Amino acid sequence: MADTVAPTTPASEPDTTASIDLATTPDIHGQSPTPGAHDDHADHHGYDGHDDHGGEHGHATSTGLSNNKLAMWMFLGSECLLFGGLISTYMLYRGRHEGSPSPSQLYNIPLTSVSSFVLLMSSLTMVLAVSSAQRHDDRNTSTWLTVTALLGATFVGAQVFEFTEFYHEGLGFTTNLFGSSFFTLTGFHGVHVTVGIVMLMALVGMINRNKIPGNKAEVVEMIGLYWHFVDIVWIVIFTLVYLIPS
Amino acid sequence: MAIAERPLTPALARGGSSPLVTPSSSLGAFRRPVSTTGWRSWVFTVDHKKLGIMYGVCAFAFFILGGCEALLIRLQLAAGDNKVLSASAYNQMFTMHATTMIFLFVMPMAAAFANYLIPLQIGARDVAFPRLNAFGFWCFLVGGIFLNTSWFLGGASDSGWFAYAPNTSVAFSPSHGVDFWALGLQITGIASLTGAINLIVTVLNMRAPGMTLMKMPIFSWMILVVQFLLLFAVPVITVALFLLMFQRNFGASFFTVDKGADPLLWQHLFWIFGHPEVYILILPSFGIVSEVLPVFSRKPLFGYKFVVFSGAAIGFLGWGVWAHHMFASGLGPVSVAVFSVATMAIALPTGVKIVNWTMTLWGGKLHFTTAMLFAIGLIIEFTIGGLSGVTHSVSPSDTQQTDTYYVVAHFHYVLFGGAVFGLFAGFYYWWPKVFGKMLSERLGKWNFWLMVIGMNLTFGPMHILGLQGQPRRMVVWTKFRGGDGFFNGAFWNLVATIGSFILALGILVFIINVFKTWRSPALAPGDPWDARTLEWLTTNPPKEHNFDVIPVVHSLDEFFHLKYAEDDAGDLQKVADYEQLMEEQEAKADKHIHLPSPSYWPVVLAVGLPIIAYGIIFSHVLAVVGAAIVILAAFGWSLEPSVAPESDYDPPVGGEPTTKELAPLG
Amino acid sequence: MSSETTEIQRQISHAVDNLVEPGHTVDEPASGDHKHGLTDIGYVKVAAMLALMTALEVTLTYLDLPGGVFMTALLGLMVLKFWTVVSYFMHLKFDNPIFTKLFYTGLILAVLVYSAALLTFQFFSPS
Repeated sequence: MADTVAPTTPASEPDTTASIDLATTPDIHGQSPTPGAHDDHADHHGYDGHDDHGGEHGHATSTGLSNNKLAMWMFLGSECLLFGGLISTYMLYRGRHEGSPSPSQLYNIPLTSVSSFVLLMSSLTMVLAVSSAQRHDDRNTSTWLTVTALLGATFVGAQVFEFTEFYHEGLGFTTNLFGSSFFTLTGFHGVHVTVGIVMLMALVGMINRNKIPGNKAEVVEMIGLYWHFVDIVWIVIFTLVYLIPS
Repeated sequence: MAIAERPLTPALARGGSSPLVTPSSSLGAFRRPVSTTGWRSWVFTVDHKKLGIMYGVCAFAFFILGGCEALLIRLQLAAGDNKVLSASAYNQMFTMHATTMIFLFVMPMAAAFANYLIPLQIGARDVAFPRLNAFGFWCFLVGGIFLNTSWFLGGASDSGWFAYAPNTSVAFSPSHGVDFWALGLQITGIASLTGAINLIVTVLNMRAPGMTLMKMPIFSWMILVVQFLLLFAVPVITVALFLLMFQRNFGASFFTVDKGADPLLWQHLFWIFGHPEVYILILPSFGIVSEVLPVFSRKPLFGYKFVVFSGAAIGFLGWGVWAHHMFASGLGPVSVAVFSVATMAIALPTGVKIVNWTMTLWGGKLHFTTAMLFAIGLIIEFTIGGLSGVTHSVSPSDTQQTDTYYVVAHFHYVLFGGAVFGLFAGFYYWWPKVFGKMLSERLGKWNFWLMVIGMNLTFGPMHILGLQGQPRRMVVWTKFRGGDGFFNGAFWNLVATIGSFILALGILVFIINVFKTWRSPALAPGDPWDARTLEWLTTNPPKEHNFDVIPVVHSLDEFFHLKYAEDDAGDLQKVADYEQLMEEQEAKADKHIHLPSPSYWPVVLAVGLPIIAYGIIFSHVLAVVGAAIVILAAFGWSLEPSVAPESDYDPPVGGEPTTKELAPLG
Repeated sequence: MSSETTEIQRQISHAVDNLVEPGHTVDEPASGDHKHGLTDIGYVKVAAMLALMTALEVTLTYLDLPGGVFMTALLGLMVLKFWTVVSYFMHLKFDNPIFTKLFYTGLILAVLVYSAALLTFQFFSPS
């Protein structure tokens, strides 16, 4: 590390307008420096690892928005491209079902409607969990999170049942293009739900043991956003895959 | 052991009386690493500067690897009926050359610059998610290594860098090469995606007070656009790679034509990613050049707003042109016409940039440092490549040009003459900042001229070869096909090969330059280029915490305006120099600077990924092991605070022997 | 002039120093305004509406409607449900517009790009 630097510039003219406006003085043109500049734990990381900040108040950021929330929404935006690709592949290949029953023969709309309803309700319970977290009500937060996970698990259970039925009726992953693309699309969604359930249960565990580094309500909110996203993907899949006849 | 006091001014703490930080106990089996020296300070670092350097070193190593692959290709094509490479080896060579250069050199090298410079340019102390940053680097490295182990495990991928189906199916590519390619790119793709989220949040949320987006350095702007492109493009290739993986490893039939599959599905998915990808490759270099030209023209960037907006425009429009890679695939006249027109349109924002750069140079007091030479080189070489690109946009002419060496000429002019020249400009410009030393200008000139001559000798003739009908990816050409006269393919192939070795020599000169600089004791002056942007308001290299105090920004080119002000006559007068500004910083240094603590979870999680990948190819049990590592590492990471808690700063009880490593602050 | 501004600077600096205790950030909501949004009962009502829309969608599939009407209604309901969850459950309606822009950019890009690809497959033409 270069500790000494040989100055190359010649002696400058006497200092007239002087100094660099450092963050200890406000900008007189009207923009006050973000208070984080005063702060001991200034702007070096976005993730608040300190408990002494507490509560809903994150670091001062240039936009005033939380780093984690910004990151999560961007991630969800990118996931639209992921699921869009899988949905498009399915839409392209849904008609190539030689060697297996057709979609309309296989799909059990009543069953899938019920499981869709279950997933939708899990979004409600998730929102209630976030609401409880924002009121610092740990008990209710844990309860609602657990209910959400249970509803999610019910959904996954129904999916597993459904897929097993399809397999017995002659549609496997490798049977034909319809099978490959159907199971890939719904499988990806199911894995996302499962990962969500794992995160929900981990969150319940961490809340109960008070092991959440940082803003508890925000973490619950972030998991909530992920969970709702998984739900809205299913809203699209349910309509395009199940309800639209091929 | 002596009890150390927590210092009041860590920024000024020096020498043996430096205060010490104890590591927090992590939730893993090992203590949280906090050493600041030795290999551990690199492996477990979350510091954006160290990560940037590691990205750069590894990317450059892959550059050499990809370059050797290119030289082998050129040796094979130097003469007719050549037997340097078998057909199978040749296929692997051009596939890996392209894959390495694109995914393991240009993209990570841009990440190196972005990681190192963005926080410094915007006046921050690190990125928004430092551990995620480290994770991204390790994903890149293990992914790149994983990909290249294919050479030794049955053969590398041999289906070309865009891996068209059904050629990639097991029937036509029986070795594991394609699997390594697909899985390796999935792993490096994770690096790109997480890096994108990280840098966007950093740029949006961690700018110094007063730095609005339109006062942000132009390099940061171009990187911001690139990250948005990555954010939305990487998932598309992720889908394609998953479909390919399921096809090859689990019996799915996405690309089995017999079962009714449409090969165009792969092409669409790949090129929807692939076209934004080429803008991902070039925009960082555009950003570098936009920084270098003003400094060495002693003028601000002409039309900063236009350069910003045209960058964003390229980002938008780049999504609407992908099928110009598919003009000869049978899309039909309507689709072809639409994409043809869209492709012509995208030349416009790039043209705007060329104009702005030229106008920056115009009337400026030009200093032809090596960085400046590479920057001007980019303008010229990229324009040549852009012109051949315009001919590609016209679909009738593209139908003749596609899959010939004309296209190879086009993309090497824009990628080598564009992206790589920009990166080299960045090397010479920012070397003093990163390493505290100046690269030799004398060797730099040799480097530059050898690369320019080599590049034009290599890729120039390819225009002729292509239009004369030499196809891409052709393992051997016969003497009979060589031809006579000016368009003698034999002659131009030989010229191209000679050119490629001149190019290689130029790069060797660069390596010698780096080595000589490393050995030389001469340190760089504080502000060697009399530069304009905020990263120069730091020591060379910067302190670990970057800025002693975060400056408040009033204008674009803030650093320049701190040094120079207009007097009453409107002339620029120097009002402060680098040393004065640095002294003021130190005098007002922040009292307590907590930096994010190092961590090993990112490394562990990253290492789990290629284990899963090897498992998918060779043994499903291994895949499960890899998955377990990934899940456990994810939990360990999420349970660990990003900064060691306050209580950990208490010194250890005196007399107790400890294996904990202690780290000085500041 | 410069001595006045320096004086103002000093006064502002002093005032700000008094407002901000060392170790605390100024109260700035980290993410949108949590005071807005719905009450718990409100969310239940939204959920009820979503259930209703789902029931409507399913019912539509059993009715014998002409193709164009059916598709419009079905897709319309799908979009409405999607928007409802995103705006209310995911709080986008009450949050900073930046989040909306980020998410909808990805969404619209996906719809446009994949629709264009499917168009080249003549997916939307009658076979």
